[in-house]
Amino acid sequence: MTQTTSASRNESGTARPLVTLRGVQKHFGDLHVLKDIDLEVSPGEVVVVLGPSGSGKSTLCRTINRLETVDTGEITIDGRPLPSSGPGLAHLRSEVGMVFQSFNLFAHKSVLDNVTVAPIKVKKLPRRQAEELGMSLLERVGVADQAHKMPAQLSGGQQQRVAIARSLAMQPKLMLFDEPTSALDPEMINEVIEVMTGLAREGMTMIVVTHEMGFARRTADRVVFMDAGRILEVAPPEQFFSEPESERAKDFLSKILHH
Amino acid sequence: MGSLIASRAAIGDAFLTTLFLAGVSGVLSLLLGTLLAALRVSPYAPLRTVATVYTEFLRNTPLTIVFFFYVFVTPSMGFTFGYKTAAITALTCYTSAFVAEAVRSGINSVAVGQAEAARSLGMSFSQNLSLVVLPQAFRTAIPPLISVLIALVKNTSVAGAFSVLELFALSKRLTNVHSADVIAILIGIALCYLVICIPLGRLAAAMERKVAFAR
Repeated sequence: MTQTTSASRNESGTARPLVTLRGVQKHFGDLHVLKDIDLEVSPGEVVVVLGPSGSGKSTLCRTINRLETVDTGEITIDGRPLPSSGPGLAHLRSEVGMVFQSFNLFAHKSVLDNVTVAPIKVKKLPRRQAEELGMSLLERVGVADQAHKMPAQLSGGQQQRVAIARSLAMQPKLMLFDEPTSALDPEMINEVIEVMTGLAREGMTMIVVTHEMGFARRTADRVVFMDAGRILEVAPPEQFFSEPESERAKDFLSKILHH
Repeated sequence: MGSLIASRAAIGDAFLTTLFLAGVSGVLSLLLGTLLAALRVSPYAPLRTVATVYTEFLRNTPLTIVFFFYVFVTPSMGFTFGYKTAAITALTCYTSAFVAEAVRSGINSVAVGQAEAARSLGMSFSQNLSLVVLPQAFRTAIPPLISVLIALVKNTSVAGAFSVLELFALSKRLTNVHSADVIAILIGIALCYLVICIPLGRLAAAMERKVAFAR
């Protein structure tokens, strides 16, 4: 498993890319938040998006399952353009997992119900089967003993791990992480990072917006560096962290790596 | 006082009529109002417009005029229903506009991330609403909804002016007959409304405690 996935990763694009963005532009009013974005992500690849606040990296992540619409440009997943609305869009989203900065667990549902609701209602999985799947996923992220609690009774790190399990329950082709550890206490970051590292190792295709440089260094296949709505650099992590090309990236790294 | 006791059977009947009007219109307005609130947040602009126009129109029209419409205007257009049905229709149309606003304020109180998470999991608009947003919206909407229902109970008295013998119509009738007992009769009738409305308020408090959850 590990062999085949690492072989399929980023090997000069022989496999069809799972995600492509071409010429994507987006404005929020007068603010040009995404400028001419081109990006391809291969199956099994882990892409970490870095950049200062307001650089457009969260927006980029959210356009990929159309939580944000784009003005112009094309986004395809598995070769198909993103549908603009309706059942086609809902179906596509069911295949793309999303993990949010603020967890967004359904506040009125137990932990287990959070994980099983979409498989039951969207995929029409029988409840028993969904619950077995849910428990095994909660086991995997290490919160099985909390299954019958409400989200608010859990720590932030536990909630975020439940949120990851909830996305995995739909058996997505691709996982998007929008600053998954930015709302966590420092001591809880690692438990979430460990789950994400495990996922990457198993060959999940991941696009991760984060400030966790350790994760980017160790786990990313490629680092995408953004500033002011533009992708300035795309490079393997060793190269990006040791010899960044752009002045902006050098400046960014000098600020975050020396403190 | 004696006249109250003498009329207890009539008061009982009128009380049940008031309860019936409020109960049936209450359930119907909750259903129609929730549907209207759902339309107001729907992704389809024409549906939003329809619901907005309906809500603004009914919410800002005096209830008496809505009654006039169903009691006198619709029969002239060829739709005839009994006075009670007309009363229930008028009360439901009017009250559902207020229910819609209360539910919509509840929907707005649900964090945007909840609906975004539901969409990301592939839920349709109606699944998102029925499984994620509305269950949470109702919890915040309970106090305003109960106020709307209490207002509905008192608004049933308008039906008394349109040939439905409910508590208010009966009070007019009784005070005409027993003019010496006006104060006792009015207090007696007012107490009947309290008997319906105070438990409603209590119910709201109990429901709020029961469904309270941390966000």
